[in-house]
Amino acid sequence: MALVLSSDAQLVRDTAQQFFKDKAPIAALRRLRDGRDPVGFSRALWRDMAELGWAGFLVPEAYGGSEFGLLGLGLVLEQAGHSLAATPLLSTALIGASALVLGGSEAQKQAHLPALAAGERIFALALEEGFHHAPHRIELKAERMPKGYRLSGEKRFVLDGHVADVLIVAARTADARIVLLLVPGDAAGVTRTRTHMVDNRNAATIRFDHVEIGDDAVLTGGADLLDAVLDRARIGLAAEMLGSSTEAFERTVHYLKERKQFGVLIGTFQALKHRAAAMFCELELTRSAVLAALAAVDDGSTEVAALASMAKAKAGDTFFLVGNEGVQMHGGIGMTDEHDIGLFLKRARVAQASFGDAPFHRDRYASLSGY
Amino acid sequence: MQELEAFRAQARAWLEANCPPSMRTPITEEETVWGGKRATYPNPESKLWLDRAASIGWTVPTWPKQYGGGGLSGAEARVLDEEMRRLECRPPLLSFGIWMLGPVLLEYGTEAQKQEHLPKIARGEIRWCQGYSEPEAGSDLAGLKTRAVLQGDHFLVNGHKVWTSYANYADWIFCLVRTDPTAKKHEGISFILIDMADPGVRTQPIRLISGASPFCETLIENVQVPANHLVGKLNDGWTIAKRLLEHERRMIAGTGERNRGDGRSLDELAKIYAGERDGRIADPSLRDRIAQQAIDTRAFGLTVRRAAEEAKSGAAPGPASAMFKLYGTELNKRRLELVLACEGTQALGWEGEGFAPEELLATRQWLRSKANSIEGGTSEVQLNIIAKRVLGLPD
Repeated sequence: MALVLSSDAQLVRDTAQQFFKDKAPIAALRRLRDGRDPVGFSRALWRDMAELGWAGFLVPEAYGGSEFGLLGLGLVLEQAGHSLAATPLLSTALIGASALVLGGSEAQKQAHLPALAAGERIFALALEEGFHHAPHRIELKAERMPKGYRLSGEKRFVLDGHVADVLIVAARTADARIVLLLVPGDAAGVTRTRTHMVDNRNAATIRFDHVEIGDDAVLTGGADLLDAVLDRARIGLAAEMLGSSTEAFERTVHYLKERKQFGVLIGTFQALKHRAAAMFCELELTRSAVLAALAAVDDGSTEVAALASMAKAKAGDTFFLVGNEGVQMHGGIGMTDEHDIGLFLKRARVAQASFGDAPFHRDRYASLSGY
Repeated sequence: MQELEAFRAQARAWLEANCPPSMRTPITEEETVWGGKRATYPNPESKLWLDRAASIGWTVPTWPKQYGGGGLSGAEARVLDEEMRRLECRPPLLSFGIWMLGPVLLEYGTEAQKQEHLPKIARGEIRWCQGYSEPEAGSDLAGLKTRAVLQGDHFLVNGHKVWTSYANYADWIFCLVRTDPTAKKHEGISFILIDMADPGVRTQPIRLISGASPFCETLIENVQVPANHLVGKLNDGWTIAKRLLEHERRMIAGTGERNRGDGRSLDELAKIYAGERDGRIADPSLRDRIAQQAIDTRAFGLTVRRAAEEAKSGAAPGPASAMFKLYGTELNKRRLELVLACEGTQALGWEGEGFAPEELLATRQWLRSKANSIEGGTSEVQLNIIAKRVLGLPD
């Protein structure tokens, strides 16, 4: 497991860095928000990203992707995090592709992966039912029908759920198994309500009223598949959070070097210096945890679950720390909507709640470690 | 890669053939080998192991062969380290000469100084101690007052050093001294080597909160030191002092790694002393703190490895060593706080009946660990270094 980037990986990172700087700066997120954009991300931008190959980084070549790997996708997500870019990278390129690659039949792969890699089809994982991440606490019913299943229940906090072409729904069968099903977003009986989140990203509450689907909608793998997909999602999101945390930190350090009070730069104050230095250390540890987790997936390591929880726990704590310290160290200007630093704090909350917060992952890490 | 694997096989074969059986058991305090003229070897196999390792330069694997080292590359040294861990070989020799003085002599010493001192460090013949802190110069190290006056072919040295670890067992001391009292405080300091056999050098152990006395006061009165025992240029000692501190910080950052107590992990201790339910640590708060500690320890280990990979092999530690010193010592302190939290009142014994030896040891280690974030530059000094040299924050 290498912790230093290869030249190929560096090229991906540099390309992504330039792309988000030019095409999706924080101003783009503000435009989506202020214009009350009905989609919540730019479809044109997503097609540009697909053309660069990012939508197909986890998709095998036979289905129109490059199978470059999760490390590459993680580096793109990290750069997206720097500008808080709203994109379907997580919902589609990572979660959608992982679910199909790991649990899809040949027919399902052929039906969906080429369109996914081309940036033409959006996916969303419909998982949560309560107010906290609880991946195995699923009550949405999947009743066995002569052909296929009938779904009844409600999902919450479905990222990109209101515009997804395909919903990946976690449901409970009569014999208490968890099953993942592919459901068209516009299927009869599906009611989607967009929820406006504090980070200006997409989420939806989705009702399923006797939604009927065929046997060909079932992904193979059940709860194990769900866990494997979630671990990839956690690692990818941790990479995005690392990028956002790094950006918030760098902006804060920059502010300490230009803001004057009492006739001196506030960066000369030891009370602020020490807190900045402590944040630097946490960011370095988070970067190591994220790189190790990304590499573990591509290497097929048996430690993916533990490393995913380590990375998400570290990223959650670190993003909270720099988000809160960022606002505090910016003082009054940090409280204004006009200034960008507050957007990082808002994103930190939502990212923390997605796929398990730091306490959830410490609990899971302890269980995986046998205590 | 192939060459490295060939080296791995070679190293393993040599270790299996040469590391005596008792040297492949967990190390104990009294059998730890620090070398020096007054070294004692309660287990004769530790002397045998030292001599065999020194004979092929593996007490200091990356030092050049002409100075008693093994001449290994950084990558080869890591392989050797991995093989020693795998076979559970004890380190043949620990010393401040290896960790601190040797690296700066290699960088700044004259050829004569290297030939004189490095092989003796490598073979464990001379034990060194560190003359840095003074009663009035702690975190403000550059405020030191020990005077060295150049008089013809020698310096006349007078002063008072403190926190000189193991000075009562050492043969020589490397010392920061003031050679120009009129210059700015960082610009009048020199780095010199003093033979402690001189009767003008006296040491007095200091009893610590842990009950042990690893540190001493060292008094230097009218000691004549040959002028050629100056390392580097006159009045340019601060450069060397800082570089040596970087090596020292890297060493202290690894304290927790070397000092694993009785080998029981925190989760084992929690289950034994605080109870378990359905295979879990029963106390959810303690369990959360232990998981946090495990995650941070692992992420820290990965960061040390990443820095090593980034710096390639053999690069001198830079300002990043401040981060490793800071985080490594704070982690070690947190670990020992957790050991005590797990063991409850069994960790509160001082001596005698009612407590197992490993419980008493843990209590003393907890107290000892408090010095980790003070010695070699306090955590606050490390934060200052990161703020200034890594983040570029203004003075």
